[in-house]
Amino acid sequence: MDRIVITGVGLTSPIGNNLKDMRENLLAGKSGVQISDVRHMGPLPAGLCQFDESKYLSKKMRRRGTRAGSISVYCANQAIEDSSYPFDNVDKDRVGIYLGITEHGNVETENEIHELYQNDLNTDYWSHHHNPRTVANNPAGEVSLNLGITGPAYTIGAACAAGNMGLIHGLQMLRAGEVDMALCGGISESAATFGIFAAFKAQGALGANEDPALACRPMDKDRNGIVVSEGGCIYTLERLEDAQKRGAKIYGEIIGHYVNSDATDFVLPNTERQIECIQKALNRAQLSPAQIDIVNMHATGTAMGDIQECQAVAQVFDDAPHTSVNATKALIGHCMGAAGALELAGNLPSFEDGIVHACHNIKSLDPECAIRGLVVGENQEKEVNVILNNSFGMLGINSSIIIKKFN
Amino acid sequence: METTAVRQKVLDIIADVAIDEDVTNIEDGVALRDQLDLDSMDFLDIVMELKKRHKIEVPQEDYPQLASMNSCVEYLTPKFQQ
Repeated sequence: MDRIVITGVGLTSPIGNNLKDMRENLLAGKSGVQISDVRHMGPLPAGLCQFDESKYLSKKMRRRGTRAGSISVYCANQAIEDSSYPFDNVDKDRVGIYLGITEHGNVETENEIHELYQNDLNTDYWSHHHNPRTVANNPAGEVSLNLGITGPAYTIGAACAAGNMGLIHGLQMLRAGEVDMALCGGISESAATFGIFAAFKAQGALGANEDPALACRPMDKDRNGIVVSEGGCIYTLERLEDAQKRGAKIYGEIIGHYVNSDATDFVLPNTERQIECIQKALNRAQLSPAQIDIVNMHATGTAMGDIQECQAVAQVFDDAPHTSVNATKALIGHCMGAAGALELAGNLPSFEDGIVHACHNIKSLDPECAIRGLVVGENQEKEVNVILNNSFGMLGINSSIIIKKFN
Repeated sequence: METTAVRQKVLDIIADVAIDEDVTNIEDGVALRDQLDLDSMDFLDIVMELKKRHKIEVPQEDYPQLASMNSCVEYLTPKFQQ
């Protein structure tokens, strides 16, 4: 079976538009959550990105496309540049684009509905751009158009496990011989749709605080929900043999992954299935729990979700006293389809700098989340060789991916 | 409305649709597509803007009338006068 490695990273997040800046801000504990004026709802905490949309897109294409498309185009170009992949000299038919999404089309549909009401419900003014903007493959398709990539380009809908799923699918397509390079990861434009904020609020799961930087507090006993964010993270994946042949920088090797489903509830997680997912990823990597240096939790800041994931992690890593556990959303919010890919990126530099970034906004640790290894408040220095990244989503989809430092 | 005024209104729309391009030197007798980077979606944008800004409907069978500035002005001037 081909060994698959990460050779490039392109990202935009509420705390940085490249890996270096995001890492520095994570280590500094800087929050990217700010107040956003959400249509029909008013000011709410949200994670917004500040990247330059015009760097790779003309004004016309920005207006024609979607925010998700702009995020994807930015991240894909950044990833290719970072990878030094000889993009201009390769067969574009052999490049695949696989982007995880939690949802797509809400923003564009809400905008059209808003316009519809400005036009007395006259659908004659409904935009012809609506369909190409809202088709589920839009973000991947915009990357294909922008870069002239003629290989497979599509999105993978996997709720908030989607970022991991993009990576996993890229790995599978490389192993299947379908492509020679995969641009894969996850993206989110969800911070621009009031419907997601309103639905989380209706569910009693929308994070709130007078200080937006404290609105998302995973594992804190006073946490009250999710902060909706936008973002994107796209990796270049290649077969190890190909990457070595061209002397590529290698961030790490994907040595294990697993995806399963709860089959129990629309929104509530299932600890037993999460345990199974993590354990089977470990089995595939042929590692024991004690060989994992960092577990990055999905931890969104909801009451039940954090407890159930903590129970799962505590049980799997019961005999792993040196495994560190961290979570990222306190600083960046929940980047939805991008979450898994972005949060993995947040930890990847630990292979080089030997630092485990801390969990933040935990003023009073929930006793039910007080699991061994949780890195709270202060970053931890240690040698890091293996990272396990969890990402879970609604309708009960679970994903775990394991990355090993490449020596 | 005079043809010069109609031309200006059409030009205003084209300038917004072909937002990255210089539209000041458009040759009126030459097809717009041969001078500007316009595709089918752009032409639909022009049709939509005529409808939104000036309440002018352009039925699909008349789309070829929007090929050049001259044909636009010739086709649209009577509609602006209605």
